[in-house]
Amino acid sequence: MEIEGIKIDDTVDITDKVCPLTFVKAKVAIDELDDGEVIAIRMNDGEPVQNVPRSIKEEGHQILKLVNNEDGTYNLIVKKVEE
Amino acid sequence: MALTDEQIERYSRHIILKEVGAKGQRKLLNAKVLIVGAGGLGAPAAMYLAAAGVGTIGIVDADDVDLSNLQRQIIHQTADIGKAKVKSAKETINAMNPDVTVNTYREFLTSENIMDIIKDYDFIIDGTDNFPAKFLINDACVMAKKPFSHAGIIRFKGQLMTYVPGEGPCYRCVFKNPPPKDAVPTCKQAGVIGAMGGVIGSLQAMEAIKYITGVGKLLTGYLLTYDAINQEFHKIKLPSNTDGCAVCGSHPTITELIDYEQVECTDK
Repeated sequence: MEIEGIKIDDTVDITDKVCPLTFVKAKVAIDELDDGEVIAIRMNDGEPVQNVPRSIKEEGHQILKLVNNEDGTYNLIVKKVEE
Repeated sequence: MALTDEQIERYSRHIILKEVGAKGQRKLLNAKVLIVGAGGLGAPAAMYLAAAGVGTIGIVDADDVDLSNLQRQIIHQTADIGKAKVKSAKETINAMNPDVTVNTYREFLTSENIMDIIKDYDFIIDGTDNFPAKFLINDACVMAKKPFSHAGIIRFKGQLMTYVPGEGPCYRCVFKNPPPKDAVPTCKQAGVIGAMGGVIGSLQAMEAIKYITGVGKLLTGYLLTYDAINQEFHKIKLPSNTDGCAVCGSHPTITELIDYEQVECTDK
């Protein structure tokens, strides 16, 4: 699948979690990817959008885009970067 | 195998750690650790490893729970007095974490059974209270090329070191042979502050977790000592030349396991 022209290898929905499990669930999904693969992480507006992208960036992964789904959720498009 | 939602939540504080992550947690779930002695050291070590999700934990102990154990052996409860320590330990772990499979060995380790017991484990924790067992575990681990954590506690003191094959000295490199009879009191005679088992046994669990996940540096080539009276830790560098060691050296003179005589306590 593609989101706004970016090829997506995997998706994970963290709208069912609250902090810190939002980040943990996203991190587990990223850990399963190969280097360079792209994942779309669906999250709620508010606290998740504030914190999850920052935590993922701190892990060294590349944030490609944050897409507003206009339904109270966002898709964060992340490219996995192995150390 | 992928982590379940429940596992992701249970181990979330591990998974959050950059050094551990889902991969490190899966390594822990797939790991097998043998703990020799469900006593002062083995109790906290077993409990932290079980809580951490080490998938298979083996426990070796021939004894039953005694009232005088409960001051430090926190895996056993008052209601367990008279029960086999391995059974009591297994019940505590099962209640704590259903992810852990517990194998029990209600026997003393000897030159006859030790190789067979350790062969399926990735890491061994020496939580024993006597020199014959400590030398037996060392020699068997050297011969079977198994990493292990040595520790000892007495009164207000504790020590530990880690052996990894090919990466530093073994216990016998440092201590050569068991001390003569009555040269060193057992903790039955000398006493031990209960929390000492918690400090040193938890450090042993930390060594096992770090070995399994590959995080950081181990106590290979070092002896860490703890003096509770002065609240001092010392990390002592051990001689790196192991050539002359009777068991792990380049020309070993000990090629078969030895059952040293168990020195009986003589009350002073």
